[in-house]
Amino acid sequence: MDPEIRRLKQIAYAIRKDILVMTHAAQSGHPGGSLSAIDLMTCLYFHEMALDPKNPNWEGRDRFILSKGHASPALYGVLARVGYFPHEEILTFRKFNSRLQGHPECKFLPGVEISTGSLGQGLSVAHGMALGLKLAGSPQRVYCMVGDGELQEGQTWEAIMAAGHRKTDNLCAILDHNHLQIDGIVEEIKNEEPVPEKFEAFGWAVHHIDGHDYDAILTALEAARNTKGQPTFIVAETVKGKGVSFMENNVDFHGKAANDEELKIGLAELDLALAQLGGEA
Amino acid sequence: MSEKKALRDAYGKTLLALGKENEKIVALDADLSGSTRSNWFAETFPHRFFNAGVAEADMIGTAVGLSTVGFIPFASTFAVFGTGRCYDQIRQSVCLSEANVKIVVTHAGVTVGEDGGSHQMLEDLSLMRGLPHMRVIVPCDYAETVAAVRFVAGAEGPFFVRLSREKFPVLYPDDACPFVFGKAHTVRQGKDVGIAACGLMVHHALEAAEALAKEGIEAEVLNVSTLKPLDEDAIEALARKTGAVLTAEEHSVYGGLGSSVCETLAERFPVPVHRVGVKEAFGFSGKPGELLKHFRLDAVSIAEAAKALLERKVR
Repeated sequence: MDPEIRRLKQIAYAIRKDILVMTHAAQSGHPGGSLSAIDLMTCLYFHEMALDPKNPNWEGRDRFILSKGHASPALYGVLARVGYFPHEEILTFRKFNSRLQGHPECKFLPGVEISTGSLGQGLSVAHGMALGLKLAGSPQRVYCMVGDGELQEGQTWEAIMAAGHRKTDNLCAILDHNHLQIDGIVEEIKNEEPVPEKFEAFGWAVHHIDGHDYDAILTALEAARNTKGQPTFIVAETVKGKGVSFMENNVDFHGKAANDEELKIGLAELDLALAQLGGEA
Repeated sequence: MSEKKALRDAYGKTLLALGKENEKIVALDADLSGSTRSNWFAETFPHRFFNAGVAEADMIGTAVGLSTVGFIPFASTFAVFGTGRCYDQIRQSVCLSEANVKIVVTHAGVTVGEDGGSHQMLEDLSLMRGLPHMRVIVPCDYAETVAAVRFVAGAEGPFFVRLSREKFPVLYPDDACPFVFGKAHTVRQGKDVGIAACGLMVHHALEAAEALAKEGIEAEVLNVSTLKPLDEDAIEALARKTGAVLTAEEHSVYGGLGSSVCETLAERFPVPVHRVGVKEAFGFSGKPGELLKHFRLDAVSIAEAAKALLERKVR
């Protein structure tokens, strides 16, 4: 295995443990959609994006917006491990007086660019950021993680139309396409397919990849960075609950934490996966 | 009637002037830039103007994004669309994040006229006033609009400025507008009854006060151009001085100026209050003057309401 990919996978598996631990400690939160997005977010935060965790408002940083704000455990795991706040703070997730609000809030926690939680709004904000960076002559890029349930919000399509129209090429959206939403299967509740073709029709460069394949993720991010005259949408096929056997493709864990027994099993599985990768990075 | 000037013209001119003074000023609209006058900015600064098309939610989100990289966005459309179509975007993306976004709407109230009830926004102040961190300004004339727009450009955080389509009488001289954010301004002295008004109703209140004076009733008129934060001291002082307070707004009596004044007086100095405004109704097509009369928002109706209120005053 490529050493960089091994390093990234080790980080992602460690953050998977964080996701289980913090949602278990809170006995609330959204593990399923956090686990599906974490490989993509790990690649962004530990490989692709320019960041300075000691200086969260550094002007030269790339921006990330978690439009599917309920995947906050993934964002907090990433921000903690990359150094925005002390790792032990993840245990305060969703608790009174915590900076780790149920859904990410920029007024609480450095590193959160904008408050999200009400679905469908993040891509418009990300697009505004990208337009602003261009207007300011900054080379920085903006990344936005969108959920597939979230695509049912009309505003998402307003933003998709706007960025396609403006050819905002410093914007890269990523669809965490895990095919499950709270009430069940996306295709049954309100079918969105064919998703990649729709994004292409709106003028986006589209990469349809396996969202747990690190080669594919890094290649798509590099292609996005080099794409001029078009925004990029990475349609990432993912598995909800990825990495924890009993959570995988199980909609029950959209918004439910593991109990004590499940936590033990889940952590054991993740430790095994980590051991196979040679331990934590 | 004195000289009349359009508040949206004041907005368009001031936005353009601000754009020349500060390259961080950017503007957005949702396909109504010709009506809101944001097109004047757009013509001079096309690269700093973002037309969202008919997509208010996206406009607000885009404005938030622009604000996070140091720009000062002014987002404009009609009052009905700039609040109702994007309330959640204003709540979640603007106010929860305390984004530095200025929302300036035009075409508020029944004076939109012919377009009818779908376009006559009477609930926007109620919607915006309830949002944490949102500040709400309702200028009453051209000069006050210039002052308010200049103020919000330089003040950090979310603001909502409510303008109308119609030309309003000129109350304040261009070079001597007394606007102070958060302060109400007494535009007429009187001891018998107090009238707290905003926007167009300031002028109708003054006209009513003249009529009342002919009958020996002296009304004090307070221009409450900052609806939030409310100048509670001025409202209390008005009640203490006059013993009866009438509110007047081109808006629903729920959640706007009338509600604000009642809340303050109930807590600080209860006196009889009458709220002039639209009660449990949508507007409908007609000429602005016809509608103002129908909804009893004209000067004659205000004077009548004031006299009725005086009957309830504790002597």
